[in-house]
Amino acid sequence: MKLTVNSETHDLDVEEDMPLLWVLRDELGHTGVKYGCGIAQCGACTVHIDGQAVRSCQVRAADVWGGVTTIEGLGTPEAPHPVQAAWIEHQVAQCGYCQSGQIMQAAALLAQVADPSDGDIDDALSGNLCRCGTYTRIRAAVKTAAARMQEG
Amino acid sequence: MSRLGKIARRTFLVGSAAVAGGVAFGYVMYRRDPGNPIAEGLGATEAAITPYVLVTGGGVTLITPRADKGQGAISVQAALLAEELDVELDRIATDFGPPSAAYYNTALAEEAVPFRATNHGAMAETLRDVMDVPMKLLGMQITGGSTTVPDAFDKLRRAGAVARETLKAAAARETGVAADRLGTEAGAVLLPDGRQIPYTDLAATAAQVEPVTDVALRPPDNWRYIGKPMQRVDIVAKSTGRQDYGIDHAADGMLHAAVRTNPRRGGAMIGYDASAAEAMRGVKQVVPVSGGVAVVADNTWRAFKAVEAIEVDWGPAPYPPEMEGHWQALADSFTGDRVDSRFRDTGDVAAAQQGAEVIAAEFRAPYLAHAPLEPVNATVRVAEGRVDVWTGTQIPRFVQANVAGIAGVDRAQVHVHVAMIGGSFGHRLEDMVVRQATEIAVQMPGTPVKLTLSREEDTAQDFPRQIAMARGRGTVKDGHVASLDLGIAMPSVMASQMGRQDQPVPGPDLQIIAGAWDQPFAIPDYRVTGYRAPELAPISSWRSVGASSNGFFHDAFLDELIHAAGADPLEERLRLCDHAPSRGVLEAVGEMSGWGSPPGPGQGRGVAFVLSFGVPCAEVVEVTDTGGGIRLDRVWVAADVGRIVDPVNFEAQMTGGAIFGLGHAINCEITYSGGQAEQRNFDSYPGGLRLYQVPRVEVRGLETAAKIRGIGEPPVPPAAPALANAIFAATGQRLREMPFNRHVTFI
Repeated sequence: MKLTVNSETHDLDVEEDMPLLWVLRDELGHTGVKYGCGIAQCGACTVHIDGQAVRSCQVRAADVWGGVTTIEGLGTPEAPHPVQAAWIEHQVAQCGYCQSGQIMQAAALLAQVADPSDGDIDDALSGNLCRCGTYTRIRAAVKTAAARMQEG
Repeated sequence: MSRLGKIARRTFLVGSAAVAGGVAFGYVMYRRDPGNPIAEGLGATEAAITPYVLVTGGGVTLITPRADKGQGAISVQAALLAEELDVELDRIATDFGPPSAAYYNTALAEEAVPFRATNHGAMAETLRDVMDVPMKLLGMQITGGSTTVPDAFDKLRRAGAVARETLKAAAARETGVAADRLGTEAGAVLLPDGRQIPYTDLAATAAQVEPVTDVALRPPDNWRYIGKPMQRVDIVAKSTGRQDYGIDHAADGMLHAAVRTNPRRGGAMIGYDASAAEAMRGVKQVVPVSGGVAVVADNTWRAFKAVEAIEVDWGPAPYPPEMEGHWQALADSFTGDRVDSRFRDTGDVAAAQQGAEVIAAEFRAPYLAHAPLEPVNATVRVAEGRVDVWTGTQIPRFVQANVAGIAGVDRAQVHVHVAMIGGSFGHRLEDMVVRQATEIAVQMPGTPVKLTLSREEDTAQDFPRQIAMARGRGTVKDGHVASLDLGIAMPSVMASQMGRQDQPVPGPDLQIIAGAWDQPFAIPDYRVTGYRAPELAPISSWRSVGASSNGFFHDAFLDELIHAAGADPLEERLRLCDHAPSRGVLEAVGEMSGWGSPPGPGQGRGVAFVLSFGVPCAEVVEVTDTGGGIRLDRVWVAADVGRIVDPVNFEAQMTGGAIFGLGHAINCEITYSGGQAEQRNFDSYPGGLRLYQVPRVEVRGLETAAKIRGIGEPPVPPAAPALANAIFAATGQRLREMPFNRHVTFI
């Protein structure tokens, strides 16, 4: 089957029911995508399919309906996405393990809602678990990113 | 023998580190330099000036021997080295360093002596210094107990200064200019004429000169980093998906393994049938491991699926199968023959309570999983008498010894490559996953095998936080707290945890009473007794260890007595407090929260105070009873760590620690049924708060305490009692059992 990840197309021979998470991590080496629970309870594996945030542990390889973007494709250390830049500015990460998923979730939110309310942010990111408790900085970073993106 | 000698002997028996050889032998060993572990195998142009600084033609690498599991340890260690070495934080590389006795943890000794952290008397200080000897003797390279900063604060600045002066000596030799006329800046030696020689160009000469060890540390006025906001060295990598953790390790020809062991912890594996698993796609081999079975496959998911397809016959658990049995064992432990310690026994509690109206309450704290978001994992390769291990660990020396034993090689042949850790909370103080990965790799020589535990297996195999019970009896008189008698029963965490490393733990376990016996309150008749319950499910250190349960017991019971006395919760704590920095943090949260101002409709405020790991920490929690559930509104946290190295990371640890403590108090517990943990994943073990539940948090750091301390753990213990006390203020309902969602509904 064919799979496009970060604009690069791959030809894969994997089971139809292999979760996208493990295709990305073990078959394609996109280890920025994290395994935390495997049952859509933590959000660490969040990626975009056609711009929509999805839990890659719950998407079968055969069911991927569009182009996949991972944290590695969102931005780079040299040219970070505005959400990543805000995460750096607020020094959100402690252990950092959940932050790929948090950032992908926040980036999808801001692509749809340019100026989210506190309620919008809570609704969009409450499926992403942070065991270190970085939530107050996550809130602040989303707001900073929204402001920067609106400034253009 | 002198009086000090007698007490020192006794105290060594009390301490949590075994000191089999005695003081004299220990002192001889203490004077022997454990050597420089990074000096071996260097090229001619490379200099390992101290065990912490490596200078090569390519750059400066700072060795940071304490593991980083999110608490910012590499950044703070790098900053302390850079402070004296004059290198820019963003221009240096860091490496966790190999297992070596050179990296022993001095500050752990602080927790091993039976003196309150607020006691700076000569006896207490002398014994703390003496405990440094066994820590070095045993080469305890351990990350834990909020000790990274106190251990590193002088040691790493000194290492930086030695490296700087040695590089200057090298420059002096090369240029003929006297060293005292040279300066340093931004990774280079400055000559009087303004020329600069980069450290990297001096590596070859520096390797030839004797290290300059007679160096003075810079005074605080000259500090460039310490006390000022810093950018964590890992922040860009962690924000762009570029940070590699142990679970991300890749090697040529690597295979992926999954394992199952008896979920009835410590129970036997009677037999298994792997025929279905062996026929599954990608499966290379099914191999037995101690107490379980593993599958090696070409992909993690295939290994997970195949190991689940194995039919296994498990033996029973060696502890009560149902929770009733665990609680009964604790309830039965409040007896004279189970007294483990009574280091707090002021006045005469029995006489004070004779004939008085006694307020009595019983408290409970459940088992808790560590559940860091990165499941534990290890990659091991065994080939031709050499073993390589890639894993995130807080105990690299124990890992090295255990792997050597399993692989049957000398420990010098075990190379432990320490990885970044995706959260721990004490989980990585255990090393079962490394032992299992080694057992698998030994059966597949030459092949690197990465063992990853599924979330379900990680939770099932976890050694949880201790279960604990407390019974308080107290009296009030003339509007004040008059007596407080608290008994705490739990199994010994230290005996369970260190038992798995074959380390004996003689004497009382201070963790049974930590966060209760050592509180700075001058209650006239005041007693805290630790009761050692029999071993139940195996347990381990969980962020703030004994204080995580005992801080709740002690402060929540004190709050009940204060209310019974009709006193103000903050004023009475201040009146009883006999330690200035502790009074300072209580006053700080009082001021920050506007304590005393009228709360809104349905609103209640609770204050709590716990001194743990030497750090006084006070928290005020404000909640609203909405009618549809309790809502967390605001939290104020103040702590005094003597000196704050990085205010940005300090704020992160304080806020995160409070949120961690609140979340577990509200919705987390591990319960056993049929001998197995009933919770295996974040659907049944919620793992704390979610974003929509998170209150506003304000933090204040004070710097008046006599000693510099770590901040990873101290904000956790006061969170639960502050919340319980706030809910009482809002609703009149006392909560004496965690998790609180057993008794009240939260939004």
